[in-house]
Amino acid sequence: MGEGELNERLASDILAHTGEHVWLVLVAMAVASAIAIPVGVLLTRHTGPRRSTLAIANIVQTVPSLALFGFLLPLPFIGGIGAHTAIIALCLYALLPILRNTVVGITGVDASVREAAIAMGMTPSQVLWQVEMPLAVPTLLAGLRIATVTTIGTATIAAAIGAGGLGVFIFQGIASVDTAMILAGAIPAAALALLADEGLEWIERRFSRA
Amino acid sequence: MDPDTAVLDIRNLSCRIGNRLILKKIDLQVRAGETVVLLGRSGCGKTTLLKCVNRLIQSGGGEILFQGRSAAEWDLFRMRRYIGYVIQDFGLFPHWTVAANAGLVLKLENWEQAAREKRVEEVLNAVGLPFAEFGSRYPRELSGGQKQRVGIARALAADPPLLLLDEPFAALDPITRFELQQHFLSLRTQFQKAALFVTHDVREALMLGSRIVLLKDGAIDLIATPASFLSGVTDEARAFLAGLEAGWGKAN
Repeated sequence: MGEGELNERLASDILAHTGEHVWLVLVAMAVASAIAIPVGVLLTRHTGPRRSTLAIANIVQTVPSLALFGFLLPLPFIGGIGAHTAIIALCLYALLPILRNTVVGITGVDASVREAAIAMGMTPSQVLWQVEMPLAVPTLLAGLRIATVTTIGTATIAAAIGAGGLGVFIFQGIASVDTAMILAGAIPAAALALLADEGLEWIERRFSRA
Repeated sequence: MDPDTAVLDIRNLSCRIGNRLILKKIDLQVRAGETVVLLGRSGCGKTTLLKCVNRLIQSGGGEILFQGRSAAEWDLFRMRRYIGYVIQDFGLFPHWTVAANAGLVLKLENWEQAAREKRVEEVLNAVGLPFAEFGSRYPRELSGGQKQRVGIARALAADPPLLLLDEPFAALDPITRFELQQHFLSLRTQFQKAALFVTHDVREALMLGSRIVLLKDGAIDLIATPASFLSGVTDEARAFLAGLEAGWGKAN
């Protein structure tokens, strides 16, 4: 193989693994949001379990990611080698920031605004969708942004359990002490994280202004 | 409805929060065109009484009749839309324009867009905020006095028979407060609403009240017209008047 052919192969590998990486992150974020946003809303309505739920999400967050992947591997149905185990682990990490920011965003709505909304005859779902949610959007988006950026970083470890993504280069590079190979994974991952951060921040700003 | 029927008829109302009895056997009627001021010290139960009326707080005994019908029989949301509500901190929706805020209840009641816009324009003009100038602004672009004018417009928009006002002018500077009090008096003549108005300011009570209901420790201490309130029949009334006189003494 010539030099040019090698570079071409590397480039197409990078592209393929970036695609896998983005896919892992998108699916994990979608599932995590679908769970954490409704649960967060429920926690603002039922303050009893709020503390314990946030505490559990907090504890999950503190488990080292490599260990969490390890814990999930032997579990029936959700474990095993492959992308779905990685997605579950990434999901678990993304839950806390989304959950917490949903709760903070909604409980942060001015008490007098909520009181007026209820007193003027809005139903609970009107209060939620027309008042609380729109006012919570900037905080909620900030939570999504934090979760997305960390998930992009954590997803590099997914390669350890055969889920693919940009971590493949990093693990190969570490095994063969090949710095260039490590960078082939690390640089696109960092670029993705920066891109997601900037993009979501831009959206956040637009919503805060409105 | 019989015109003599009180818009709001509170009978033997009690309210308990936790172990504390906040309201003790309150009897009170408010008729159309009349502003009944609930006057009392902080913690006397005046805001609780107000919130029992639109069921923001659940009362613990007695009965509230709104337009001759028990409040418990009314559809909760429908009833609240027929009762204007104005609070000290305005409670305007920061993400809605002035026009949208004023038209809130009309939207909840599914008024058609054209009718809604016409009514919002009327009611904003009535509170002294020309629609053309203020309609498309956001609450953050308004002064405190202007915000409360929007709050009053929002309360009046659906032409409710009853207004509940919880220290609506307490957060305003004295000059703005006086302007809004004057405006409130002219609106009262114009719209002939029944109003229940909470304040701790005896001067405001004397200025705006058709009748003054003095609350003390959750019970009615005195019901009087402003003129007869000035003769100070109870200790609590004298205590409020003493504060007023001290203020005048200093000014003179």
